[in-house]
Amino acid sequence: MNDTIRDVVFVDGVRTPFGKAGKLFEETRADDLIIRCIRTLLRRNPGLPPERVDEVALAATTQIGDQGLTLGRTAALLAGLPRTVPGYSIDRMCAGAMTAVTNVSAAIASRQYDIAIAGGVESMSNHPMGEGVDPNPRIIAEKLVDPEALNMGNTAENLHDLFPSITKERADAYAVGTQQRYAAAVERLTEDITTMAARSDEGWTVATADELPRPGTTLEGLANLRTPFRPHGRVTAGTAAPLTDGATACLLADAETAAELGLPVAMRMVGFAFSGVDPETMGVGPIPATEKALARAGLTIDDIGLFEINEAFAVQVLAFLDHFKIADDDPRVNPWGGAIAMGHPLASSGVRLMTQLAREFAEHPEVRYGVTTMCVGLGQGGTVIWENPNFKGAK
Amino acid sequence: MYATPLDLPDFDEEVVTEAHVRYLEPRGLGGRAAIITLDNGFDHTKPSSFGPGGLKNLWRALDEVEAAEDLKLIAVTGKPFIFLAGADIKLMPLLESREQGLALAQAGHAVYKRLKDSAVPTFAFVNGTALGGGFELALHCHYRTVSASAVGLGLPEVSIGLIPGWGGSQILPNLIGVEKAAQVIVGNPLNQNKMLRGTDLVPLGIADAQFEAADFLEESLEWAVKVASGELAVERAAIDRESWPQVVAGVRKLVDEKVHNASAAAVRAVDLLELARTASFEEGSLAEDEALADLEVGPQFQASIYAFNLVRALGKRPEGAPSPGLAKEIGKVGVVGAGLMAGQIALMFARRLEVPVVMTDLDEDRAQKGLAYVRAEIDKLEAKGRASKLKAAKLRSLVSASADKSVYGDCDLVIEAVFEELKVKQAVFAEVESLVPEECLLVTNTSGLSITAMASGLAHPERLVGMHFFNPVAVMPLVEVIATESTDAATLSTAYAVAKKLKKTAVGSADRPAFIVNRLLGRMLAEVTGAVDAGTPVEVADVALDELGLPMRPFALLELVGLQVSWHLCQHLNEDLGPRFPLSENLRLLAEADFPVFDAEAKGKGRLTEAAKSLVKLGDEASSAEEVKERVLRGLAEEVRFMLDEGVVPSAKQVDLAMIMGAGFPFWLGGLTPYLDREGISTAVSGRPLALGEAVDS
Repeated sequence: MNDTIRDVVFVDGVRTPFGKAGKLFEETRADDLIIRCIRTLLRRNPGLPPERVDEVALAATTQIGDQGLTLGRTAALLAGLPRTVPGYSIDRMCAGAMTAVTNVSAAIASRQYDIAIAGGVESMSNHPMGEGVDPNPRIIAEKLVDPEALNMGNTAENLHDLFPSITKERADAYAVGTQQRYAAAVERLTEDITTMAARSDEGWTVATADELPRPGTTLEGLANLRTPFRPHGRVTAGTAAPLTDGATACLLADAETAAELGLPVAMRMVGFAFSGVDPETMGVGPIPATEKALARAGLTIDDIGLFEINEAFAVQVLAFLDHFKIADDDPRVNPWGGAIAMGHPLASSGVRLMTQLAREFAEHPEVRYGVTTMCVGLGQGGTVIWENPNFKGAK
Repeated sequence: MYATPLDLPDFDEEVVTEAHVRYLEPRGLGGRAAIITLDNGFDHTKPSSFGPGGLKNLWRALDEVEAAEDLKLIAVTGKPFIFLAGADIKLMPLLESREQGLALAQAGHAVYKRLKDSAVPTFAFVNGTALGGGFELALHCHYRTVSASAVGLGLPEVSIGLIPGWGGSQILPNLIGVEKAAQVIVGNPLNQNKMLRGTDLVPLGIADAQFEAADFLEESLEWAVKVASGELAVERAAIDRESWPQVVAGVRKLVDEKVHNASAAAVRAVDLLELARTASFEEGSLAEDEALADLEVGPQFQASIYAFNLVRALGKRPEGAPSPGLAKEIGKVGVVGAGLMAGQIALMFARRLEVPVVMTDLDEDRAQKGLAYVRAEIDKLEAKGRASKLKAAKLRSLVSASADKSVYGDCDLVIEAVFEELKVKQAVFAEVESLVPEECLLVTNTSGLSITAMASGLAHPERLVGMHFFNPVAVMPLVEVIATESTDAATLSTAYAVAKKLKKTAVGSADRPAFIVNRLLGRMLAEVTGAVDAGTPVEVADVALDELGLPMRPFALLELVGLQVSWHLCQHLNEDLGPRFPLSENLRLLAEADFPVFDAEAKGKGRLTEAAKSLVKLGDEASSAEEVKERVLRGLAEEVRFMLDEGVVPSAKQVDLAMIMGAGFPFWLGGLTPYLDREGISTAVSGRPLALGEAVDS
């Protein structure tokens, strides 16, 4: 038996345009969003015989209705993949698609699969956060978790309390920066955004761009926004990822199969880690997850040349940067903008980070390693470390 | 007539289709695109259609997009599953004058022409059903894409007595050639109104590209952008203009052979196809307007609409059926007999009800032979792809056969398909009744014997009902459902529920000889053979009804049914209904002949062999074809009147529905009675029309 570990490569990733909840994709089924991503991936990679796909792992946070019925399987069938291709659904709230990637990658590395599709979708229009939840009464009776920690905005306010040096002004400045970086990179981002039909009372349209970015955002504009989570608080709509509809999908393969089929190699997976933290301050999750992943890979934070960190809230990104002593405006961090600008359709965002990092790798042959990292509701963090195949420096 | 379509008067009854406009900037277009969505606000069960209001909305939408700046592409599409189902058929009977019809025809042309003449490239994204005026809208666009999953496409106007009058008759032959266009415009409507599917359009040359439904709109737009930006050139096959006149002549001959030019619409459609070779678009449009206006106020269209609504409404909700709530669940079916008819019935029940079906016959050998036939039929279904491997396996597991009638012990319905002889059927039911559970339905497939007589010996006559299927049972859409005086409501309701599951149109009939269809066909044949007996040559009598456009001439019908069966029916009707159904000496002679009566060379045409011709004995009172026609029509009018008076059916509508579905009588006759009433024959025969001015709810 061959018990050696194989290299896992990220071949290609795509996403739908991200829409504002209740707007662009309100009438669009979540499964249709991710089906479009899967079909686009297959079209973009004609060298891949669809029957070679060993798994379709798809994430959604709320797995009911059009996000239920074992989405991985139903979407695979509806996307036109052969019936022989299996699929399943997966959930780790915001890190759903990231976990889909790490799950199938572990199986590829250990020779269980050769090729897999991983992705995620969230229609926050039709499945708002907390839909249908039924928290165990022991959470309150035994004071296991502060019930307020089920609201993500509250946990962001908690972070400001915990780290008084992260002020509202710093958060606002970060948000203005991410909007500007997005605006500067929008053409390049569009390379990986598939078009998506959307219907409303006004008829059909075909969406081609994200709906949410506010390129003209200024410090002055952000200064007086309401703080919906706490009176006289610090977290505003301007420093939080908006409620979003969208889907992502990517293609992963073992290095040899990719070579055999002539599939491009955009990134090589180095390793990953997930870590639990206090649910009340879930935003710090990326810190221990990243430390754990770096330690296992034998790397340090100084080896990382690009960071794609999910911007659930500006405060949570700043907590990560402070911990690793990285400047608020370090150009290695979210160089093409983040979720505050483009949106965060919960379970789909993990693959969005990866797709973006893959494109950035291609433009940065001087960078060898990058991370994708995100915080997760109820107190978790997830990090995946990637190696740049375009790296030209000394190894 | 009006300056613009906006001046057309509205109809309150119109469900108005909106024409929503949205703009977008697709990558690579270098400008804006407009998508016009046709949507009546309902789901796909109420397809969008166009009346004056819908046309005006599209007109206004085109006003808007024509004024839009930097527009590089205009696309028209529909709500999910429906592109546009055409002109609103409900409004047409409301057109009160030829002028009104003409105005609507002209308005359609005026609106659609703008898509054709647009300086900005126009595209139809045919996402689903596109019929008649909807199909024609797509034809006016410069380019067309079609969804591979679209169903219900085509130009069915001729089937309801109209012509494709919003450009279809002129654009289509010039796009794909007159031969294929004639198939779509004339051939398909006259062939049980066959529709096209999405996958037919590119091979026919009607659509330029086909995309799968999953991301049809996105891929259509991407394709359209490439075409509009000049990146992709659309190539279409050149059409053969040389052979145009010969093709048209061939189509004329076909229409003559098939319906003997009885369909005014088919004849006008062929005229328009001929015109399309040389006419300018404007001349062609004028000719379409005139043809449409003529036909819309003509009797054939009125009759067709009546028939269309009849089939649609009564086909779904049979008149006189008790509440469906009374119907019993059928979990197992027994078929008595394992002959050909029994095998067909067993297979049909297994396919549609998906419950176990047991056949029995007198001995194991016959039972297994019957089963072998059914299995062979299942193999055929599988080989043709009409049953999946799994479905075929399921059918094989459902159908069984035995010589032991105890298999009926847990049946919920037992149907007999044994020899057409009252005593035989009575004996069968007597035996079966002793074996089945108390709730089990007993069903006879008799084509005309007295069911009351069959019930007379039963302990529970209330559970006996007639279900008369037509041969071949898998194909013929009609079943006559016959209750006796004793049949209870639950039994009758179950029979209708079963008919629905079998996907048959059920028409109720009282327990009178030969029920509806066979009685009327029997009367028709009685008049034809009567005319021959009196001295009319067969060749004259056989073509006498041609101008009605019935699906078969009388002698072809005799050949199909079989002479022995026809003679049997003739005797039976004579016995039960008297001298209106005389015992035709010639029919007897032909039925008893010990040599081939019909020419095998012209199979299905009802042509007598020379030997058979010499057998026919003509009297000395020859009639002309016109006189034979008159005789037959008077006979039919008289018979329908008797049937109404006897209560065989509650209304003439039921007669028409039965004749359309069971005998293929054409829409343009409205089945039968609208024609008899319109021609004054009913009144001449019995002093009043057959229909009581009853409307059909659509």
